[in-house]
Amino acid sequence: MSNAIAQLLEPKSVFLNICAENTVDIITKLGNELYKSGYVKESFVDAAIAREQKMPTGLPLAGDNNAAIPHTDIEHVIKPGLAMATLQNTVNFQNMAEPEKSVPVRLVFLLALDQPKAQIEMLQEIATVLQSPEIVSNLLKAKDYNEVIDALAGGNC
Amino acid sequence: MTGPKRILIACGTGIATSTVVAKAIEEALKERGIDVITRQCKAAEVRSLVDQADLIVTTTPLPNNLGVPVIHTLAFLTGIGKEDAIEQIVKALQKKK
Repeated sequence: MSNAIAQLLEPKSVFLNICAENTVDIITKLGNELYKSGYVKESFVDAAIAREQKMPTGLPLAGDNNAAIPHTDIEHVIKPGLAMATLQNTVNFQNMAEPEKSVPVRLVFLLALDQPKAQIEMLQEIATVLQSPEIVSNLLKAKDYNEVIDALAGGNC
Repeated sequence: MTGPKRILIACGTGIATSTVVAKAIEEALKERGIDVITRQCKAAEVRSLVDQADLIVTTTPLPNNLGVPVIHTLAFLTGIGKEDAIEQIVKALQKKK
């Protein structure tokens, strides 16, 4: 099975069991990494933070854990990329479909997408991950990049 | 003779969640023998595209009174309630002749 997420996810873009205070904090942390690695422009972090306030990306999932997929417009992106964080504490994101509701999140994927429809495989894989409480749970337990890749592959040992 | 129905798929930026939702809907409806044309857009663009759609499916809040049925759902992202969402879409398309 092709692993589009693994191909786009560099080890330095993976932050495991970190602490974050709020959405601004976590988006900044992940966004700065993508900026340093040349995936996004300097404007990306602020744009992603602003977008999150207006059109939040919190997703309540089946199972005990929830996720968020912050991202922003293509004009702030240089090339497609992905950063991921698992959090020790939960950070409240607002619900994408019902922004007045809070979603406590421990898994965050920051997406840098440069074209509509272009990263469809990667996006579908993320959706598959979100739809599997087991994979989400394994990701939250991962202690290093290899365990993350294993978890994404469905946890086959 | 009716052609394929047109579904407008909206999300915040028009590139991420709407991509996943569009693909999921196309495949689910194809399995049911229903031909559709999907188009992705940002929430802000919906009003200007409403007359080219038979149905709108969105992951993000939209204004009311668009004149076209709207289904709000995260089901194609989270998997929760996916079958229900598909049924709702099928029913909404059947109503529109």
